[in-house]
Amino acid sequence: MSMSSSAQLASQDIDISTGAISPIRNYSGKILTLLSGVFVAAIIIPLIWVLWDVIGEGVKQLSWQTFTETRYPAPGLTEGGFGHAIVGSLMVLATGAALSFPFGILAAVYLSEFGRGTRLAYLVKFSCNVLTGVPAILCGLFAYAVVVRGSGFSAFSGGIALGVLMLPIVIRSTEEALLLVSPDMRLASIGLGSTRFQTTMRIVLPAAAPAIVTGLILALARATGEAAPLLFTSFNNNFWSTNLFGPVATLPVMIYVFSKIPFEAQRQLAWAGALVLLALVLAASVLSRYVVHKTKK
Amino acid sequence: MQTKSPNQTSYVFKTENLNVYYGSNLAVKNVNLDIPARQITAFIGPSGCGKSTVLRCFNRTNDLIPGARVEGKLTYHGKDLYAENVDPVSVRRRIGMVFQKPNPFPKTIYDNIAYGPRVLGMKVDLDEVVETSLKRAALWDEVKDKLKESGQSLSGGQQQRLCIARALAVKPDVILMDEPCSALDPISTRRIEELMKELEEEYTIIIVTHNMQQASRVSDMTAFFSVELVGSNRVGELMEFDKTEVIFNNPVKEATKDYVEGRFG
Repeated sequence: MSMSSSAQLASQDIDISTGAISPIRNYSGKILTLLSGVFVAAIIIPLIWVLWDVIGEGVKQLSWQTFTETRYPAPGLTEGGFGHAIVGSLMVLATGAALSFPFGILAAVYLSEFGRGTRLAYLVKFSCNVLTGVPAILCGLFAYAVVVRGSGFSAFSGGIALGVLMLPIVIRSTEEALLLVSPDMRLASIGLGSTRFQTTMRIVLPAAAPAIVTGLILALARATGEAAPLLFTSFNNNFWSTNLFGPVATLPVMIYVFSKIPFEAQRQLAWAGALVLLALVLAASVLSRYVVHKTKK
Repeated sequence: MQTKSPNQTSYVFKTENLNVYYGSNLAVKNVNLDIPARQITAFIGPSGCGKSTVLRCFNRTNDLIPGARVEGKLTYHGKDLYAENVDPVSVRRRIGMVFQKPNPFPKTIYDNIAYGPRVLGMKVDLDEVVETSLKRAALWDEVKDKLKESGQSLSGGQQQRLCIARALAVKPDVILMDEPCSALDPISTRRIEELMKELEEEYTIIIVTHNMQQASRVSDMTAFFSVELVGSNRVGELMEFDKTEVIFNNPVKEATKDYVEGRFG
């Protein structure tokens, strides 16, 4: 009965042509779509502009010598490179990673596996959120107060500053990665008679490993470009140095220093340094994507 | 098959006035069950009636839910499961569990089976355990050439049999199954049911199911749980527990009759 009446409706009263919708709805839909496109462009254009500038200016100066020379050019001269600054950056980053990765991962394991819902976990999470919002320069100030005042500028103190900077990122990303592991998996492992520690070590951490690695690489990428925490910790060095407890040159600090002095050679070197930094961060992001993609199969 | 006379039957689990709470909320009350050894016991009833909750008491996985609390008595081979000196880890080792959604570990098929014996430090020939477990779970022929592939690459039905094999590898004497077929197609379901009938000769099996045909097909005993509203709180209750043919053909309580005949709610 109802079927036949709906069949009649279909033949006579149903208009599905383009004119069926009121023109106001049609136009406002088109205008809003256009508007969202404009906003996307407003974000993308400056981004491309920055990339364009850095690549255009940086490539001019980039040469084999830029990497192999291990001292900055003396004022007024042009011979020199930033090989030592790359090594210095790696030293500072490695120290920061060595400090923040183990502490960060273990803290995240506590938050997601053992301390869920406890007051301590709440406190850790809260301080983590606060730490995420702290300006990078305060991390440098912290390392300055704790280490530099006692033992002078050093790559090590720069590493501490970057470690403090990375710690909340590592904790948050690792915790999120662990929470993504299905609770069923934990229950299955526990149902077989394994302890919570065994479950965490053998099931949860391996299952979350790709996502954890991504988080670690992104934390590194973030720290790679930071100049502020290094200004008064690892300081700067015109010459080659691999002394962990002495001042070293780093790429971000080099860019900062050379971008505001009146010598063309140094300014060009800062551009090249910016390009190299950009390439490093890009490589890290691509690497993290690759790791995830590879292990998901 | 029904050669077991009543006075020969031994009981694996006995519960007396078991009540389970989540926080201050009563979740299930008045559970009195004697689970016979080497038989299949089915728990049926509407959603929220506490069948899974009771099931999880038997291997103490309820412990992992914050605020879960058990009142009354629950014995396993005559031993109080909730006594002070009971180690839940060694309880779970003897009482295996299979879940609603197949949940193989993100490891190879071999390592999925070997995981239990490894964490328990069992001194066994792992190759042999893997083979016998997979054979018992009727999966060996399908996977024997790809033991190094990921357990998650198998089909849903195969994954569930892998999870059963994984549970068998630690040599339990009870297997708890929480709706093991609800995510599977009818053919895989039939394979799991056939498997349960074979396993029944060596293991005690308790299965929670929403599928009443399944309960009547595979189980020897059936427990019917119901749920009632107390204030704003849904409380589950064991209504009737008897031989499966009695529950399905000649139940004592009206509520049971309505449910098994599909006239519930």
